[in-house]
Amino acid sequence: MSDTPAPAAPAPARAAMKKELPERFKAYRNVWVIVELERGQVHPVSWELMGEGRKLADKLGVELAAVVVGAPGAGTREAIAEGFVYGADLAYLVENPILAEYRNEPYTKTLTDLVDTHKPEILLLGATNLGRDLAGSVATTLLTGLTADCTELAVAADKSLAATRPTFGGSLLCTIYTLNTRPQMATVRPRVMPTPTRQEGRTGRVVEHPIDLKEESIVTKVLSFLPDRASHKSNLAFADVVVAGGLGLQGAENLQLVRALADVLGGEWGCSRPCVQKGWAPAERQIGQTGKTIRPKLYIAAGISGAIQHRVGVEGADLIVAINTDRNAPILDFAHFAVATDAIRFLPALTEAFRARVSAHTSDRLAG
Amino acid sequence: MHFVVCIKQVPDSAQIRVHPVTNTIMRQGVPTIINPYDLFALETALRLRDEQGGEVTVLTMGPPSAEDALRKALTFGADRAVLLTDRFFAGSDTLATSYALAQAIRKIGETWGAPDIVFAGKQTIDGDTAQVGPGIARRLGLNQLTYISKIAGLDPAAGTIDLERRAEGGTQVLRSALPCLVTMLEGSAEIRRGAFADALRAARAEIATWSAAAAGVDDLQKCGLRGSPTVVKRVFAPTPRAEKAKAIEPKPRAKETAEDLIAALFEAKPALAADLERLAAGL
Amino acid sequence: MVEKFDCIVVGAGMSGNAAAYILAKRGLSVLQLERGEYSGSKNVQGAIMYADMLEAIIPDFREDAPLERHLIEQRFWMMNGAAHTGMHYRSDAFNEAKPNRYTILRSQFDKWFSRKVREAGALVLTETTALELIFDAYGACVGVRTDREGGIVHADVVVLAEGVNGLLGSRAGLRAPPKPDHVALAVKEMHFLPAETIESRFNVHGDEGVVIEAVGTISGGMTGMGFVYTNKECLSVGIGCLVSDFARSGQTPHGLLEAFKAHPSIKPLIEGSEVKEYAAHLIPEGGYKAVPQLCGDGWVVVGDAAQLNNAIHREGSNLAMTSGRFAAEAIFQIKSRREKMTKDNLSRYPKALHDSFVMKDLRKYRDMPALLHTNSRNFFLTYPELVAKAMENFLRVDGTPKRETEAKIFSAFRKARGFTGLFGDAFKLARAWR
Repeated sequence: MSDTPAPAAPAPARAAMKKELPERFKAYRNVWVIVELERGQVHPVSWELMGEGRKLADKLGVELAAVVVGAPGAGTREAIAEGFVYGADLAYLVENPILAEYRNEPYTKTLTDLVDTHKPEILLLGATNLGRDLAGSVATTLLTGLTADCTELAVAADKSLAATRPTFGGSLLCTIYTLNTRPQMATVRPRVMPTPTRQEGRTGRVVEHPIDLKEESIVTKVLSFLPDRASHKSNLAFADVVVAGGLGLQGAENLQLVRALADVLGGEWGCSRPCVQKGWAPAERQIGQTGKTIRPKLYIAAGISGAIQHRVGVEGADLIVAINTDRNAPILDFAHFAVATDAIRFLPALTEAFRARVSAHTSDRLAG
Repeated sequence: MHFVVCIKQVPDSAQIRVHPVTNTIMRQGVPTIINPYDLFALETALRLRDEQGGEVTVLTMGPPSAEDALRKALTFGADRAVLLTDRFFAGSDTLATSYALAQAIRKIGETWGAPDIVFAGKQTIDGDTAQVGPGIARRLGLNQLTYISKIAGLDPAAGTIDLERRAEGGTQVLRSALPCLVTMLEGSAEIRRGAFADALRAARAEIATWSAAAAGVDDLQKCGLRGSPTVVKRVFAPTPRAEKAKAIEPKPRAKETAEDLIAALFEAKPALAADLERLAAGL
Repeated sequence: MVEKFDCIVVGAGMSGNAAAYILAKRGLSVLQLERGEYSGSKNVQGAIMYADMLEAIIPDFREDAPLERHLIEQRFWMMNGAAHTGMHYRSDAFNEAKPNRYTILRSQFDKWFSRKVREAGALVLTETTALELIFDAYGACVGVRTDREGGIVHADVVVLAEGVNGLLGSRAGLRAPPKPDHVALAVKEMHFLPAETIESRFNVHGDEGVVIEAVGTISGGMTGMGFVYTNKECLSVGIGCLVSDFARSGQTPHGLLEAFKAHPSIKPLIEGSEVKEYAAHLIPEGGYKAVPQLCGDGWVVVGDAAQLNNAIHREGSNLAMTSGRFAAEAIFQIKSRREKMTKDNLSRYPKALHDSFVMKDLRKYRDMPALLHTNSRNFFLTYPELVAKAMENFLRVDGTPKRETEAKIFSAFRKARGFTGLFGDAFKLARAWR
C-alpha cells in the first residue's frame, strides 16, 4: 500500500449526506399526486402537478398515481377519470363520508395510512391552503422531508428528487434533496407548472383503500361553509394579459396607471410584494412566488426590479415587457422587451397608444 | 388561560427603499423585524387573554440577537418571553425546527401551565414554507387549524373554540377543541401599540434564555443538520436567458416610444394583436 | 402611578447615548426615549468618528465597537466641472496603536453604543416619541409625555438630545426652531465594492482609510461640501448644502449628488460599485451664533439640537458626544450633592462646554457661516473656476513663456474679483478663520 496522506475528516454535514438510504425505504416506488377535491371541484393545480409527475415517473421508469380522497359520490369517480386523462397510470381512492369536508385530522390519517401501505417514493401536493395544511402534518407524522413552493422538479442521477425553490429572501435559487427518508414530499404553487395536454380516452386502474375513521374521534367539526362573493375575486392566475406595478411607481396612487392600462387591454392588474407590504394594494393582487403565479400571453411590469421572488411568478408568460429606468435591473435578464423610461410618464402614453391601436383594428373589423 | 405564540425574527424586506433617481432597490442595512404574520397571531392571543384572562408567552428559536424580537413582542403586552438558542440548532430545516419548538413548548407547559392555544403566523417572509406550525401541532398532538381568519368564539369551560378558516372559494366555519394550534392569516387583527407601562416592563424584563438542554431538547439527533431530512445541495443564481431583453429606446415623445413598443410586440407575436382585440371586446 | 427617574434622555443618537451611558454608569436611574425603531435608525452621518472624545466616555471602545477603517490620509479638493485642485496629507503616524479617527457606519455603531447604554443599566424605549415636556407651577421641567398610552413619566432632569429637527424643546419655547440658513440638507449613498478594490483604488492596506472632502462648483454655487469616505467594503459618497440655498436655487440634493458622482475625479473611484443605501439628513450649520440657551430649570440641550456642530472642520459627532458627557457629569455632580436641577446648578454644563474645545472652536469660526453664505458665489463658483484654470495654465506646457503664463493667471483673478475683492476676500476669510 502506497503512502498516501490520511484524508481530512469530512465535515459532519457531508458525512450525513453520504449516508445510504435505509433499507426499509428502498422498496418505495412510484410518484403520487394528491388530487385536491373540494365540494365536487378539483383544483387545477392538481392537473399541473400531474403533468410534472408524469415527467418524473417517466424518468424514473415508475408509475404515476392520482390520490383521490373524499366522500362517496362527491366527484371522486370524475376526479379519477380526469386524473387518467391528465396522465396517471393508477388511482388510489379513499371514500368515506367523514372525508366530505376537508379537515386536517382525517385527511392526515388517511394519507399517512395510504403512504405506509403503498409506499410512494415521491409525493406531490399543490401549495394551496389545503395542500400546505396537509403536507406539513403528513411530513411531520412520517418524519420525512418536505420542500415547499418548488419552481422546478427533476430527477437526479441517483434517482432521487431534486426540488428547486427560491432562497435568501428570493435573490437566489437552491436545490433541495431528501436524502435518508421516503417519501420525498414537495409542494408546488398553482400556475408554476403548465397544464398538461389531455389524453382523451386514457384510463388506468383503481386501487380502493378502505379507511377506518370514526366521526366521534375527530375533534374538529365543520359547522358551515360560506362561499366567497364572485365580485371579490381577481382572475390573475388565468388572465391572458397582466399589467403590474412595483416600487418604481413611487406611490400607491400611481397604481391607477397600471389599472388603466390593464383595463384597455382587457386584462388583470397586479403588483409586486413590496407594494403589498407597504399597503399600496391588497394581498390578492400580489404577483410572485408568495403571491399569484401568472402565465399570461402578455405581461407588462412597470417599475419592478425583477428579483427572483417576482421572476418565478411570471416566467411562464409568453411576452414580458419591463418598463424600468434601471438598465441593470434583474428583470432585464428574463424580460423580452425593455423600455428604459419612467413608468409614471410612460404608462399613460402606452395606454393611449394601445387604445388607439386596438380600437382602430376593432373598428376595421366591424367595418369590413 | 395560557396562550403561547411562536415568532420568528426575519430580515425586513418591506424596508427596502427605492433610490430616487435610479429607481433601484436598496437592500443594504435592512434591519430585522418580527415576521409580520406572527404579529397577527400575537394580537389575536393578546385579545383573547384580555377577554378571558390568563397569560401570553412568546417563544422564538434563533441566534442570541433574536432577543430583540422577543423584547419587541413584550412591548405589545405579552407576559413573558423565551429565547431558545443553541448552536445545535444551526442548519435546522422545518422538521428539526418543529421538534425543538415542540420540546420547548412542552417545557413552557411544565413551567407555567399547559398552553390552551399555540399560535403561529401563516408563514414567514423569509422561508415561506408554512411547515413549522403543522409540525408543532403534530408533535404535541394538538388539533391543527391553519389559515384562520377569525376566532369567532372561545368556551374555556367546554374546552371548545369556534373559528373561520380560509379555503378555496370560501370560508369554513369550524368548531374544534382545546388545546389546539392556530395559524393566523394576515389582516386578521392589527397589532396594537403597547402602552407605556408595557414598554417599560419589556425594557426591564429578564428574557428566559434556554439552551437545548434547558428546553428539554434531549435528542440532539433530531436537531440541526442531523435532524433535517432535507438538505440544500446547491445554491445558484438563475441562468440568464441567452437573449437579453430587446431594448426599445425611449424617444423624446412618449407616444412614439409607446408605438415602437407595440409594433415590436406585434412583430414578435402576430397573434397578440388579435388576442388583444378579443379581450378588449370583452370576448 | 407615574414613574420617576433621575433623568430622562430624549434621543438615542451620539449625544443622547453619551449622556445616558455616563449617567447610568454613575448609578443614576435613566430612561432613554428613542422615536426610531432602534438607536441609529434615524441617524445619518458620513461618518467619521473621533476616537479621542469616545475614549473619554468608553476608554476601551476599540475592543468591540464596530469600526470600519482608521484614517491615514485626508484629501481636500477644490473642484470645478472637469478638474480638482487638491491638497493631500497622508501619514504613517496615523497607523498608531490607538488611531485618532475612524470611519463608522452609524446604523451599526449606534446599535453597539445603545447596547452599552443598556448594559450600563439605562432603560431604553424605542418606537416611543416624546411629544411634550411637562412643567410644574414654577416653570421647571419635571418630565415628558410620550405617544404611548399612559405615557407620562417624570424625572429630575430631562436631557434634550433630540437632534437637529427635534421639536420638543422648540414646542416648549426653550429655543427657536432652526432657521433654513442654519441647517444644511445632505444626501449620501453607500457604494459597495470589494475591500481589495477599495484598497487598490485608494492605495491603502488592511484597515487603513482615506477621506476626501471637496468644495467647488459641485455645490452649484451654493455653500456646501461633498465627500467620499472609505469604509471596509463600501464608500460613503455624499454632498450637502444649506436648506435656504436649495429653496432659492431650485436645485435638488440628489441632482447635486448625481453630478458629483459623474465628475471625472469621482467617477472612477466608484466604478463598478453597487449602490445599496440612500439616505438624507439635516445638519446644523448655524455655528456659534445659532447655539441656543443650553440649560434651564430641569432641562439641558445637547448635540445637534443645540447646534453644536463645527461645519468647517466637519466635526459634529464628537461635539455631540462631548456635550452629552459634560451634561451628564454636571447632572451627576448636582445629584451627588443632593442639590436641585436648577438653571444655575445646571450651568456647570455650558460652563464646561465653554472651557473646552467645543465652544472655543465654535466661537473661533462664528463668522464663517455668514461669510461663506453671503459670498457663496465667490467661494463656491468663482474661485474654484479661477483656481482650476490657474492650475491648468500652470501645468500645461505649450511653449508660452512662464512669465506670460503667470501674468495671465494673475490677470484672470484680478478681472474676476478686482484687487479690492481679492484682498477683501482674503482678509475676511483670515479674520473669520481666526
